[in-house]
Amino acid sequence: MSDIKDIIGKICPEATFEEGECLQVNVPEKSWYPLARQLKENRDLDFDVLSAVVGVDWKETIGVMYYLTSTSHNWNVISVKVEAENRDDAYIHSVSDLWKVANFQEREVYDMFGIKFINHPDMRRFFLRNDWVGHPLRKDYDANPEINPIRMDEETNEDDTRTYIEDENGKIVEKPGKVFDEEEYVVNIGPQHPSTHGVMRFRASIDGETVKKVDVVSGYIHRGIEKLTEGLTYPQILHFTDRMDYMSAHQNRHCLCMCIEKALGIEVPRRAEVIRVMMDELMRISSHLLSFGCTAMDLGATTAFFYGFREREMVLDIFEKTCGARMSMNYNVIGGVIADLHPDFQKDVKHLIEIMPERLKEYHTVFSNNLIAKNRLKNVGLLKKEDAINYAITGPSGRGSNWSCDCRKKHPYSIYSELDFDEVLLDGCDSYSRYMVRMKEIEQSCRILAQLVDNIPEGDIRAQVPKIIKLPAGRWYQQVEASRGTFGVYIESTGEKNPYRVHFQSPCFNLVGVMDLTCSGYMIADLITIGAALDFVIPDIDR
Amino acid sequence: MFDFGKWTSAFNSFLLGTGMPEWLGIVIECVIIGVLVLLVYTVLALFYILYERKLCAWFQCRLGPMRVGKWGLLQVFADMFKILVKELICLKGTDRFLFKLAPYLVITSSVVMLACLPWGNGLQIIDWNIGIFFVLAVSSVGVLGILLAGWSSNNKYTLIGAMRSGAQMISYEISLGLSIITICVFAGTMDISALVSEQNSMWFIFRGHVPAIIAFIIYVIAATAETNRGPFDLPEAEHELTAGYHTEYSGIHFGFFYLAEYLNLFIVSGIASLMFLGGWMPLHIPGWDGFNMVMDYIPSPVWFLAKAFFISYVIIWFKWTFPRVRIDQMLAFEWKYLMPFSLANLLLMTLCVAFGWHF
Amino acid sequence: MGIDKIKSMKREDFKDNEYIDKLVEELNATGANVLVGKFDELINWGISNSLWPLCFGTSCCAIEFMSLGAARYDMARFGFEVARNSPRQADYIMVQGTIVHRMAPVLRRLYEQLAEPRYVIACGGCAVSGGPFKNSYCVVPGVEKILPVDVFIPGCPPRPEAMFYGLMQLQRKIKVQKFFGGVNRKEKIEEFFNEHPEERGEIG
Repeated sequence: MSDIKDIIGKICPEATFEEGECLQVNVPEKSWYPLARQLKENRDLDFDVLSAVVGVDWKETIGVMYYLTSTSHNWNVISVKVEAENRDDAYIHSVSDLWKVANFQEREVYDMFGIKFINHPDMRRFFLRNDWVGHPLRKDYDANPEINPIRMDEETNEDDTRTYIEDENGKIVEKPGKVFDEEEYVVNIGPQHPSTHGVMRFRASIDGETVKKVDVVSGYIHRGIEKLTEGLTYPQILHFTDRMDYMSAHQNRHCLCMCIEKALGIEVPRRAEVIRVMMDELMRISSHLLSFGCTAMDLGATTAFFYGFREREMVLDIFEKTCGARMSMNYNVIGGVIADLHPDFQKDVKHLIEIMPERLKEYHTVFSNNLIAKNRLKNVGLLKKEDAINYAITGPSGRGSNWSCDCRKKHPYSIYSELDFDEVLLDGCDSYSRYMVRMKEIEQSCRILAQLVDNIPEGDIRAQVPKIIKLPAGRWYQQVEASRGTFGVYIESTGEKNPYRVHFQSPCFNLVGVMDLTCSGYMIADLITIGAALDFVIPDIDR
Repeated sequence: MFDFGKWTSAFNSFLLGTGMPEWLGIVIECVIIGVLVLLVYTVLALFYILYERKLCAWFQCRLGPMRVGKWGLLQVFADMFKILVKELICLKGTDRFLFKLAPYLVITSSVVMLACLPWGNGLQIIDWNIGIFFVLAVSSVGVLGILLAGWSSNNKYTLIGAMRSGAQMISYEISLGLSIITICVFAGTMDISALVSEQNSMWFIFRGHVPAIIAFIIYVIAATAETNRGPFDLPEAEHELTAGYHTEYSGIHFGFFYLAEYLNLFIVSGIASLMFLGGWMPLHIPGWDGFNMVMDYIPSPVWFLAKAFFISYVIIWFKWTFPRVRIDQMLAFEWKYLMPFSLANLLLMTLCVAFGWHF
Repeated sequence: MGIDKIKSMKREDFKDNEYIDKLVEELNATGANVLVGKFDELINWGISNSLWPLCFGTSCCAIEFMSLGAARYDMARFGFEVARNSPRQADYIMVQGTIVHRMAPVLRRLYEQLAEPRYVIACGGCAVSGGPFKNSYCVVPGVEKILPVDVFIPGCPPRPEAMFYGLMQLQRKIKVQKFFGGVNRKEKIEEFFNEHPEERGEIG
């Protein structure tokens, strides 16, 4: 840690340091971009993954927290705090040319905080309508519904982009740009479309059947969860996590609970930890089964979809017996879990583990080994390992590009360090590898469940927590491996009973960022299969 | 074998016997036949819709329609009433005339093809010496309807669907035609009734052995593509193009496309049964006279329908099992593999016929 | 009327629905010509047994809707399985999930694209009232604000059984409408426009 301090101190003498759960570097805006370049390119630092970009309004100032991870240095995490000089006309230099993942992240920050990023190629709003007034996550945002009523007029396509550049005098000027040229044949896919897995909208410029460029238009299910959390207490914000990526409900909620527990210093009873991990893995199985079904259905193999759902119902039965719901379980709470296991739990889980290998074989017969499916998925949507890292594509999609990025191995949390399981890695870098990683992860999840099902210790299911939960002042960042990749929660507290700022770093947000890269040069039909194999969940992107 | 021709000629002589002029008799017969064809068309289409829905449900461990009528038998009638009263939408910016014409073109071509099929001994409406050639020609009119539908809707999805459809149908028609020609070479005729009676001793698929079996397989693949069914259902690829070329059609106009799709399935199955499985001809094995007698007791329309339903079953099975292919893969499959193969097969069949290497 | 004809759902099970009872009363009071009445019944039988949904899922409820179609629940039994992706060919729009400001005009447009007779089901807490996101700056607090809704299905997300119940209520409602100049549909739409006069010009 001190090495990093020394190196950063040499590059950027103005930087100050704060010790927290990870090293925090405070940098003035002027020296941020040169430092960022060094952080990325200096071999001794080598922070090649931009894990999260969190805009924060500190009332006096406004700025951005960057969380960086170095894959070569033991998955070391540091955070960088950059404050804009002028609160009302805020500019920060963009790092989207260094870490491609920052492209959409910075657009989100611009949308929510009004911070403009200098040299960002495409400074449009990301979630909100382009005629929206104000930036909702700013503390001085006027939430009067008169200003932003429900507008029923059709939104115009925003084809004009802006880039803010510094001219030679250091003055910031706006440079207009175009998303699509006049003569391009642009096909609109979504927001209401069967294969966008929700309400995602792609505008694809095509040449014959070949896709030339994909423009992602998001925000059709942006519910403003991050703003809502600021008005609620900690136990009240838990339920939002179940409704973001509903296929990773347990993992997401586990992450938020862990982050709060970490801040409060609560030790979770062993029984609760085991139950949480088992639920996480069951959720992963259920999610991957759904993903299998949807991939098959998007390719037109409808029968495989029904087979996937048949086994998924069994997982849902297990959830229903213990948690009381099929989806949106609301099971994890701060300090443990809300209810004890159903007496049938062990029996049901054992049955599931027993039948799963046989059923997986059936899936492979019906779909994975089918010649047409292989031809459709193999060598389609190539995503090289460097790109996966640069775009921060984690989860099965990243591992399909042979990037070892499993948070359960890299930052072991809960009881994962004691468990024996393999991180599935495939080097095809194509849709088929991403798909096969999921199928193999089902086996690994079954393996984890088999180790735990007979070893659930007796004891409490919940630790004692104070009646009114107040986090001490500070900021925390926690990551877990959700079904679709690394899910992160950022909490900033001022010591009140409701959080000052909560940010959810969802894996699907990054996944949708590579659509343009992976789809260009392939056909329209491939756009669908690439989307299916990346397997994003839209409410997780939009939050 | 009972000859339904006796009934029809008896009816004809009855009409003429009443003293009416000959042209009036023909007009009355035409009207009756027209009504019958349309009736059979509707009933068959409704049956096929239920048939597919039930079959796909069983493939997918489901029950399928159950609630409307016994075993869901009335389900399709409910659908029919619903579709009849649905609003017909015609959009601004479309070519109204072509937009409305397209579904009729599609349905007309399939009705005409239906009339060519050999329903039973003596039950054939259009029967002339270029019968099968005529069927192939008429089937191309349907493509025109689909192209027009896609073009006139003024929608990018429908246009892409129509373009795919055009490319697909024109390509696969070649293999389809070649495999039919293979059999015509073998039979030495294009006359549909002659084709059936040629198979009196044995069906073509057995008489022509290897080349006939190859032609049969090629035919089934090409027919699946011709009817736009999975794995070749690209023109209406639901997950890419919402509903393909008929995205903008509602009500009964959409109903026509829907019916024609199912009827085309029946028609290609019917032609397959005619060309390879003997049409209405019962299963005859030379030498087994007793067996052949027993087979003859089963009425000829039953034979024809059973064969057609069996081939449809296979095609439906394809659809619900295989993923969809991509447009370039589909065209490459046709031009690089299927067509050269069927040309070679035609040559093989010619050699077989020339040297008499067949049963 | 046809309300008793929904198989395996007894009349008593529906008794809690005052709205439909009111419609039946109205229907009985005004009466109808025998021929037209029989015809109405036939058409309503057709429409109610052949409700083709428009695939419209925005969030979690959509996954439960997929479960509804899957083998365990199998909505094909009722003839609901022909999910159309094109609004022109669908009969009802089941709003599954939150509707936000950006989505609202799109949803309205989809509704306008549906061919008559068309129905709307608000499925799940978010579509009914905005659900847990009601206080957000960009969530529409219930699709009722922008569309005339026929059936509400509460739940977060509703279980497939609840969705079936909602669909059966819709069937039941259709069976008491008059296709030829009726009590139910047109008045409902009229009522909606009386409450929202500013939107009258937009829906044709």
